[in-house]
Amino acid sequence: MFAYIVKRLLAGMVVVVLISIAVFALFWYGPESPARPVCESKTGGKCTPERLANFEKSLGYDNPIYEEYGKYAKGVFVGRELTIGTQRIDCDAPCLGYSFKNNTLVWDDLVKRMPATVSVAGGGALLYLLLGIPIGVAAARRRGSLTDKVLVSSFLVVSSVPYYLFALLAWIYCTLVFEIPVLGSSGYTPFTDNPWKWATGLLLPWLCLGLFGCTQYTRYTRGAMVEALSEDYIRTAKAKGLPASTVVYRHGLRSALVPVVTVFGIDLGVLLAGTIFTEKIFEIQGIGLWGLNAVVAKDLQVVAATALFGAVVMVISNLVVDLIYSVLDPRVRLS
Amino acid sequence: MTQTSTPSTRLDTDDFLVVENLTVEFPTPDGPVRAVNDLSYSVGMGETLGIVGESGSGKSVSSMAVLGLHDMQRTKITGSIRVGGTEVIGLDESGMRKIRGNSAAMIFQDALAALHPFYRVGAQLAEAYVVHHPSASKRDARRRAIEMLDRVGIPQPDKRVDDFPHQFSGGMRQRAMIAMGLINDPSLLIADEPTTALDVTVQAQILDLLQDLQREFNSAVIIITHDLGVVAEMADEVLVMYAGRCVEYGACKELLTHPEMPYTWGLLSSIPDVSADTDARLIPIPGNPPSLLDPPSGCSFHPRCAHTDKVPGALCATTLPELLPGGRGASHLKRCHLANPDEIFARDVLAEIAPDLVEETP
Repeated sequence: MFAYIVKRLLAGMVVVVLISIAVFALFWYGPESPARPVCESKTGGKCTPERLANFEKSLGYDNPIYEEYGKYAKGVFVGRELTIGTQRIDCDAPCLGYSFKNNTLVWDDLVKRMPATVSVAGGGALLYLLLGIPIGVAAARRRGSLTDKVLVSSFLVVSSVPYYLFALLAWIYCTLVFEIPVLGSSGYTPFTDNPWKWATGLLLPWLCLGLFGCTQYTRYTRGAMVEALSEDYIRTAKAKGLPASTVVYRHGLRSALVPVVTVFGIDLGVLLAGTIFTEKIFEIQGIGLWGLNAVVAKDLQVVAATALFGAVVMVISNLVVDLIYSVLDPRVRLS
Repeated sequence: MTQTSTPSTRLDTDDFLVVENLTVEFPTPDGPVRAVNDLSYSVGMGETLGIVGESGSGKSVSSMAVLGLHDMQRTKITGSIRVGGTEVIGLDESGMRKIRGNSAAMIFQDALAALHPFYRVGAQLAEAYVVHHPSASKRDARRRAIEMLDRVGIPQPDKRVDDFPHQFSGGMRQRAMIAMGLINDPSLLIADEPTTALDVTVQAQILDLLQDLQREFNSAVIIITHDLGVVAEMADEVLVMYAGRCVEYGACKELLTHPEMPYTWGLLSSIPDVSADTDARLIPIPGNPPSLLDPPSGCSFHPRCAHTDKVPGALCATTLPELLPGGRGASHLKRCHLANPDEIFARDVLAEIAPDLVEETP
């Protein structure tokens, strides 16, 4: 088990390194010099070729890419000293570089923004399960009935609306049109400042994520439950004289959860890597919004950091899914 | 076996299970499928009834009705099933649950699929015990599970009780299945093809075990199979089913030595015999089982029957034969128009499958 985890983590690190190289190369070989956005912003739009060349030199963009990537990678593990124009900045490990746009160290920003994203993603993902699984089970138990058909078709309608439109409409109606109390005042307050404001401010984003995302969990759960309930061991459980609820939950749902958990692990990873639309619409300063702004501003170091963060989260969530898998299904052997 | 129209001495109060005029119908978009049609039988304590037939003949469907295992919203059941005197057709769910696994238990074929893959064998046995013994502690239930595993011949039951089903061999899984069926000392045990997925030596062990346990617990047993060899070894009485109906019924030895229905002849002809000449032919029954959506007119078996020409007129195709005693006493019933089945069997069928036996028969 321990050897398996170590092996998986090592393989995950290879994935993370490859992704960071890809992102680095993308900017390096892009249509525009990576120093140009820095030059434009520092000179107030008067970036002459001479000034650009100076910036390229000071940022190290005149060196070969592997040399610069090497410096970058070294910074992640042991820290480095950055030179921005005439400034010298100590960047301790893990050093993810310096954001010329915000004039801050990237790692510090990442740490600052993480709680907001974790709050949004965690609450939304919890609603995926809390709404999706019970509704899916209910639909599977009444398979073919009117309730089942209404649930399945109405959820199909919800999930065919683009999410950004769904969240935007929710925000407009709750905040601007009806000014619903609690729901109408969304925004992020750190939990440690005021737990009540934290919860109420995030309620609408959670509901948006949860209601939209739970539709597919209902579908997965319903499908997996219909399959599980037709298994021979369900007939055995009934033949023992067990009550219907025990048959459905202890014997049916237990099996149906395995595929649902697999999807959930990956979805949670995607959410933690940044809930871009949700953060943008509800003005939550999380990792998703940070990454989006960085792409617009061509802030290379921040984009690279968000990509790296996303990769790490995905590797970990995949590993956690596999570990949970082996707990749920005793037939799975990790080796 | 009794029909309401032909009362016989077999319908006595000692019978633990009495099934009368049982009809099970599944409504489908293409019309109703009558999987079991006017079936009646009874089994007494200590007796074994073998139900034989091809796939889709209604063997399992009729037995599942005894435990009320059909989805009642998708099934129409009429007739009467009395388990230990309690009428179970129309019985509510909580009443049904008191019978299931308690006074009447069922063991299924393919124990790997019939046991839950995620729970330990012991936990599944204990669950079956606790549901009918709510006052039993966890430790009692576990002790009982170990005791039952020991009783069905699982080595080191105190260790194997914590195994998962996939850690058991096929034969052990079937033993565990039997242990689970018998954990509440049921008066009726229905074994639905208990040896189908097992190799021959394990089959023999499982059948021996079932016989031993029946003797020990004196329970009524129904064994559902398509294997006449299993029936010959286990059953006191045999019921042959075809297309949802009983087509022949009688004491085991009597029925297997003097079958009176061409379908039973077909089943006997298609059994391979280890001791027979290796050149001997296996004679399959021609054709396929009929569609229950659109069953044949008259006798359901007539499209596949080689002996319809021996019945005057087109009786086989127009009139469903009654289930009546043939020429060998009131307890041997057959559903066939043939007037002299014994003669035809000896002359046409036995001559082909076992010529040496024909010479001995006067």
